[in-house]
Amino acid sequence: MTTTADTMRKLTYREAVREAIREAMHRDDRVFLMGEDVGRYGGCFAVSKGLFDEFGPERIRDTPLSESGFVGAGIGAALGGMRPIVEIMTVNFSLLAADQIINNAAVLLHMSGGLFNVPIVIRLATGGGRQVAAQHSRSLEGWYAHIPGIKVLAPATVEDARGMLWTALEDPDPVLIFENSGLYNMEGMLPADAGPVDIDRARVRREGRDITIISYAASLFKALEAAEILAKEGIEAEVVDLRTLRPLDERTFLDSVAKTHRALVVDEGWRSGSLAAEISARIMEGAFYDLDAPVARLCTAEVPLPYARHLEEAALPQVVGIVDLVRTMVGGNG
Amino acid sequence: MKTRKNATTRAEPVGREHGLHLLRSMIRIRRLEDKCAELYTATKIRGFLHLYDGEEAVAVGVLEALTLDDAIVATYREHGHALIRGVAAGCILAEMYGRQEGCSRGRGGSMHLFDDRTRFYGGNAIVGAGLPIAVGLALADRMQQKRRVTCCFFGDGAVAEGEFHESLNLAALWQLPVLFVCENNLYAMGTALQYTQSVTDLARKASSYGMPAAAVDGMDVLAAEAAAQLAAAAIRAGEGPQFLECRTYRFRAHSMYDAELYRTRAEVEEWKKRCPITTFTERLRSAGLLGDSDLEQIEAEVAREIREAVAFAEAGSLEPVEDLTRFVYSERRMS
Repeated sequence: MTTTADTMRKLTYREAVREAIREAMHRDDRVFLMGEDVGRYGGCFAVSKGLFDEFGPERIRDTPLSESGFVGAGIGAALGGMRPIVEIMTVNFSLLAADQIINNAAVLLHMSGGLFNVPIVIRLATGGGRQVAAQHSRSLEGWYAHIPGIKVLAPATVEDARGMLWTALEDPDPVLIFENSGLYNMEGMLPADAGPVDIDRARVRREGRDITIISYAASLFKALEAAEILAKEGIEAEVVDLRTLRPLDERTFLDSVAKTHRALVVDEGWRSGSLAAEISARIMEGAFYDLDAPVARLCTAEVPLPYARHLEEAALPQVVGIVDLVRTMVGGNG
Repeated sequence: MKTRKNATTRAEPVGREHGLHLLRSMIRIRRLEDKCAELYTATKIRGFLHLYDGEEAVAVGVLEALTLDDAIVATYREHGHALIRGVAAGCILAEMYGRQEGCSRGRGGSMHLFDDRTRFYGGNAIVGAGLPIAVGLALADRMQQKRRVTCCFFGDGAVAEGEFHESLNLAALWQLPVLFVCENNLYAMGTALQYTQSVTDLARKASSYGMPAAAVDGMDVLAAEAAAQLAAAAIRAGEGPQFLECRTYRFRAHSMYDAELYRTRAEVEEWKKRCPITTFTERLRSAGLLGDSDLEQIEAEVAREIREAVAFAEAGSLEPVEDLTRFVYSERRMS
């Protein structure tokens, strides 16, 4: 066995999040997890499975179905000296807590003139593609990224799923971590001593010279898969993983566009008023003269996600769509 | 179901010193609010302004039951609560002037007074949104084995919000040290209680969560104080959350924009006969605890306090525009 094989191990995105929670609980007595079915049930997506037995009902706290109540209680607990991790089963239910997230967590520091910061971490499952229909398939992370006063993270890799939580818990302000539910079963390799990662910077996940594909979370892997297909045709796509949706690290994607001169944004949100629109505007503002082609966007079709599999697949950004779009963009100007 | 009624009677005796203290506290609020109204008309204060005239006995009575370790969550009608809690009148007025000497640096205004030294967690202007925060503050105390009370003020309007029900359920379920104080002034802005509540007995409603609940005359400072003392003592004894409905009345309009089309002048005049300040003054007087000179002295002291507060606000400075984007995110890391 090589040294690498000794120190690297395989785990799923789900296990990575669970490890991150467990480590935080051991590291800091102020940390606790609260949410619907996080304890006795083991978490809707089995993320917190086993933690109830390990830490008990005080620190792995089952809540009633009261999103506004328990998210607000998390805010209060954060104000009171704790470091709560609040799990909202999915982003769809966060709408019932939007009052607490937007009207309280995001503004208390500001309204108090800097007196009261809110060190809360809110974890939410997000995304479509599992045939659970319109009310359970939204990707509203870009919508939350509109709000000043909160930070919005979208870990795509197992490393980020493992490492972002601790950094978020050390942050003095509210952090929302969006976990795409389609990624929970994804496996990845991690060093045995994997630790915290930064939450400030985007990452180039694949280098290329012909076009920059900007994406995050589940769409990132579609972009990477598309890049492999395109590489066989001689088109080298650079793929940027945003990682943090607010504040946006625009330097990383502007630098990339300056190199490739073309940009495609792939976003599971709807196109109108989307994060993809924001990124497109920033490229226009910051790299207009570097562009050889208009910025393109591939987003979810402007429709509530349907149940039927073929319709849902047609609505979401797919690898084939990315490949086709890149071919026209690069070929048309190539 | 445990519903405590009439926690105290009007015959409760009060010592002279304490009586004068309560009276002075209520007069301080009234004079501050009078000045706010005047300064609003003079356009020194802008935005929304919600005054507390008529409801003073609630804040004064309830806050007597708290120590400086306890936490307060209040509403957008919170000038009086902040003042009695110990936020200087000058800092309150400077806040309404939008000056950086204000208790929230001028970022909050009338509806968002905050103070960390007195654990005053604001002025919340979303009806009902303060209740879950209070639950969380109490949860933090419980988890850190701190024997403190979190006192949450809200109006009758909040009782119709989902957050009210979610919060009472959570607090009762987890037996958290929260004192819920409903300032029932009979109107949710301009809509009367009977048009917004299926059950208008709010204490009864609260008691359905398995929480001891009492209703008191919110125009009677001694009644409010006694009921709050009882409730706070129960909380400190580990008996879980308590609910106190203080039945009161707002003498002025809801805000400076309210034409008061929803109630009659006669109704307001009828309630003014129960003014918590004049009735308590008479009570102290008839008990031989208050002389004319006492009242003159209180009024003179309060007038000076308000005069100095106005001067402080007037002398306040404007935060540089270059600092506009401060306090969106923290400037320091945490330990």
